[in-house]
Formats: sequence, C-alpha cells, structure tokens
Amino acid sequence: MLVGPALVLIGLFFAIPLAGSLILSLTDFDMYALADIRNARFVGLENYKELLNSPVFWQSLRTTLTFVLLAGPISIGLSFSAALLLTSRTAMARGLFRTIFFAPVVTTVVAVAVVWRYLLDNRLGLLNLALRGIGLSPVDWLGDPHTALFAIVLMTVWKSFGYNMVIFLAGLQNIPVSIIEAAETDGAGYWRRLIHVVVPSLAPTFLFVLVTTAIGYCQLFAEPYVMTEGGPLHSTYSLVMMMHEEGFRWWSLGYAAAIAFTLFLGMLFLTLLQRIVRRSMAR
Amino acid sequence: MKRLITKVLVNSAIVFLAGLTVTPLWWMLVASISPTGEALSGTATWFPRTWTLEHYRKLFQTAHVARFIGNSFFISSTITALALLVNGMAGYAFAKLNFPGRDRLFRCLLLTLLIPTQVTMLPLFLLLRQLNLINSYWAVILPVIASTYGIFLVRQYALSIPDSLLDAARIDGTGEVRMFFGIVLPSLRPILVALGIFTFLASWNDFMWPLIALTDNSMFTLPVALANLSGQYVQDVEMMMAGAVVTVLPVLILFLVAQRHMMGGIITGSLKE
Repeated sequence: MLVGPALVLIGLFFAIPLAGSLILSLTDFDMYALADIRNARFVGLENYKELLNSPVFWQSLRTTLTFVLLAGPISIGLSFSAALLLTSRTAMARGLFRTIFFAPVVTTVVAVAVVWRYLLDNRLGLLNLALRGIGLSPVDWLGDPHTALFAIVLMTVWKSFGYNMVIFLAGLQNIPVSIIEAAETDGAGYWRRLIHVVVPSLAPTFLFVLVTTAIGYCQLFAEPYVMTEGGPLHSTYSLVMMMHEEGFRWWSLGYAAAIAFTLFLGMLFLTLLQRIVRRSMAR
Repeated sequence: MKRLITKVLVNSAIVFLAGLTVTPLWWMLVASISPTGEALSGTATWFPRTWTLEHYRKLFQTAHVARFIGNSFFISSTITALALLVNGMAGYAFAKLNFPGRDRLFRCLLLTLLIPTQVTMLPLFLLLRQLNLINSYWAVILPVIASTYGIFLVRQYALSIPDSLLDAARIDGTGEVRMFFGIVLPSLRPILVALGIFTFLASWNDFMWPLIALTDNSMFTLPVALANLSGQYVQDVEMMMAGAVVTVLPVLILFLVAQRHMMGGIITGSLKE
C-alpha cells in the first residue's frame, strides 16, 4: 500500500514520541534513569507543580510572551505594509523587490544570528554606527537586559517579514476588483478604501497570519541560543531554551517534557481560539 | 502631479526597505572577504578597499568546514529524495485511492500540524538512543521524512489528476506500482518540485534537532557547526562571516533559481484556511 511507509514513519517518529512525551512528563526521568530506566518513577503531576512554583519558568514564559507580543504585530505590520507597497499601481520592479524582501526568510537562522551579533556590537556594530551617524547615542543592544530581547525582536522581524508578505500579496490579489472599483466610484480615496474595504476583506488572512506567526514565535530558540545564550540575566531565556537546557544539559527529561507539553497546550489554545474567532467571523 | 508624488514616495519607501533588508547580508559578504580586523573597525565602506580569501582558506583548512558542508549536503539530499517518495506516495493515495478509513485518517493527520516539533524531541531522543542511532545521519534523516504538510500539498495537487487517465491505465492491466512511477509521478512534477525545494531548504537550515541528535563534532551539519564555531572564534569576525556565507549561500542560490515554485507552495499551503 502506497500510504504505508508514510504512516509507519509518522507513527514511529511522531505519534509514539508524542504519547511518550506525555508519559515522560509524568515521571521523574533524569540522569539516573538515562543510565538505567528502572530508576524512573511515576510521579503524576509533580513536574507540573514544580514548574508552576519555579520562578525561572515564569520568567521564561513572560520572556516568550513578551517576544511574541512585540515581534508579532511589528512583523505582521511590516509584512502588510510591504505587500501594500508592492501592489501599488506606481510600484516599479515588483518582482525584484519581492525577491529581495523574501530573501532573509530562506537564510539559516544560525548564520543570521551570528551576523546580527556583530551588527549589534556595542562599540563598532553597524547599527550603533548608524545611530551615532544621525546623532543618537549608541545602545548596548545585547549587553543590556532591557534591550536584548528587543534586539532579537528586530532580527526576527527582519528575517521573517517576507513570508507573511507573500501571503498578504496573494490575499490582496484575490480581492475582487469590482469591490475596489465600486468604492472608487463612490468617491472613496486610498486610505478610506484601505480601512473600509481592503482590510475587512482580508480579515481571515489576518487571522491566519496572526495565529501562525504567534505559534512560530512561541518556539523561539535558535536566536537567543546563538546570540545571547539566554542572557543577559536570563532576559532572553525562552521557554524552548528552558526545555532544551533542562532536557539535554541536565538530563531532567521528565521535567523538560512537562515544559514541552505546557508549550503545546498554550499553542493548542491559540489555535482553538483562531477556529472560534473564524467561525464567528463567518456568521 | 499627485500621481508623481505617490510614485516617488512609494518607490523610495520600497528602495529604503530593500536597503535595510539587504544590508545585513551585504555586510556579511563584505566582512567575509575583508582583511582581519577591518570589519568592525568603524571604517564602514560599501565596497571593501582590499579583499582577501584568507578566511575561507582558514575555514576549510583549520575548521574543516568541508566536512560540515558534506554532512549537510548528504543529509539534506537524502531527506529530500526520501521525502518526495514517501510523501508523494501517501499524497497520491489519500487523493486517488480508496481504502477504509481514508478520510478520517487524513483528518487525524491534519491535526498533527497543530503540534510543535519540540514536544516530540525528548522521547524521540530516547527512542533513537535505544536503537543506537544517536549521532548517526539516520537520527537526523528518519524522523523528518514523512511530513503531514508534504502529504497535504501532494494530495491537494493530486486531486486534480483526471480519474479517466488512471482508469484507462488500470483497464490496460497496469499494476498500481507501475502506474505510480509511470503516470502519477510525472503528473505530480510541479508540486514535487516545490515540495523538494521546501524540504531541502528546511532540512539544510534545521538547527535544533541536529543539535540534539548529533553529538560528535565530525557529524555536525553546517548550522550546528557554525553555532559551535561562534563560541570558539568569537573574536574572529571575518572568519565567522565567511562561515555564515558558506552556510547561507547554497540555499540562497536555490531560492533565487526557484522562487516562483517556493512562493506558489506557500500560497497553496495557506489557502487551505
């Protein structure tokens, strides 16, 4: 049967680990269990209780959420603006610029993070040089706990805005020309058309982009891992970083599984929220 | 007049944004061929006054970067080839073959798209450890071959294959397997090309799982090796940039060559909503 191999692979490498994750999170699997599995004990919801009592967990949760709430709107706003610019009737060389805007999306996060780490260098990085050039004082982007997360937001927005831009471009092209022309004959100018016709027509697209982007950003890992190692002072320590450290550095796999599952539940919640909002929009 | 002003504003905005987008990549390239110490010397120029390939030489000789390139290439190519086969078969089956529970099974598969990959990483590690596969290429290859997203894309496209074409072949007595390789695969070429590009890109850029599954330096893929090197050579900006260029260049070229396919795939994937 043609569908066989795919199902076997998915079953083996996805479904089983998924169930395993839930089970793991209910045990105290740690270094000793790694050596001998008989050392693992079933502890029920202990891991989750420990999580809820851990200040590091709450801080990493707050950090992750702050990141999503900052990077999400900025990135989506930029994507939409870029899409609008490219669909303008006066835009030139659209294909070329669409390619340019999308290029960062295909780059490797690690490479980009390494590049940006130097761009954001306090004394000699390009960004601070530019700031000094226009008369502003330089910022210790990656060294200051107050700005480090925002620096990562900046980088992430740069890297990912092209992706949603493509989705918005498709959405904009799918708006029936008749609706826009009707608004034009009614005398509506560009901005009024935008606010009252274009954006409402794109509501499902916005919803989709919002939720998928948020879910993606919740999984923040490579950027802080390479640029700041979660610092300074844990200001860029994301949930997935905590899961990675607990699971693969300290080998507290049970505890880490609880973190992973919590993340999963959060994202499931977001997705369900999207379904509900979309259903009520369709009415 | 108003149109001229709009034209100037819109295009200036576009060019400005494009400049911001390109600058980091351009700096990366320029820094990688700048003499040591110049990249962050505060004397920023758009084109380097002198240029050198010494950092690339160092990368290949001291840091043995060729090994990592080879690892990445082998892993990504294998994943792509196997993924096209496996997901192609499954996508076609879900679209055109009738078997019990087909639609329910497919809906279940779609649900898995909601689940972040990190949830499965921990037990997957334990499972592969049991199978003694940790730190082998297969630890990276096997888990990612079958992809619900890939199956979805292929199925979407396969639905449009005319049944008459398939029925005619069946009446002629062609076996299902012959039919798959002889008729179906060629018909699926466009979506397979798009999927192939995506898969290669995603596997080349993948960081977290290879980081976990590969423990020996010699097995590292480029992204993992680069992250490792950045700890070691943090002072050597130019060399790190050369490493970044080496990592980014192959997929950037792939993208430039195949953009239309890529963007088409993204749009198909999002239109499901």
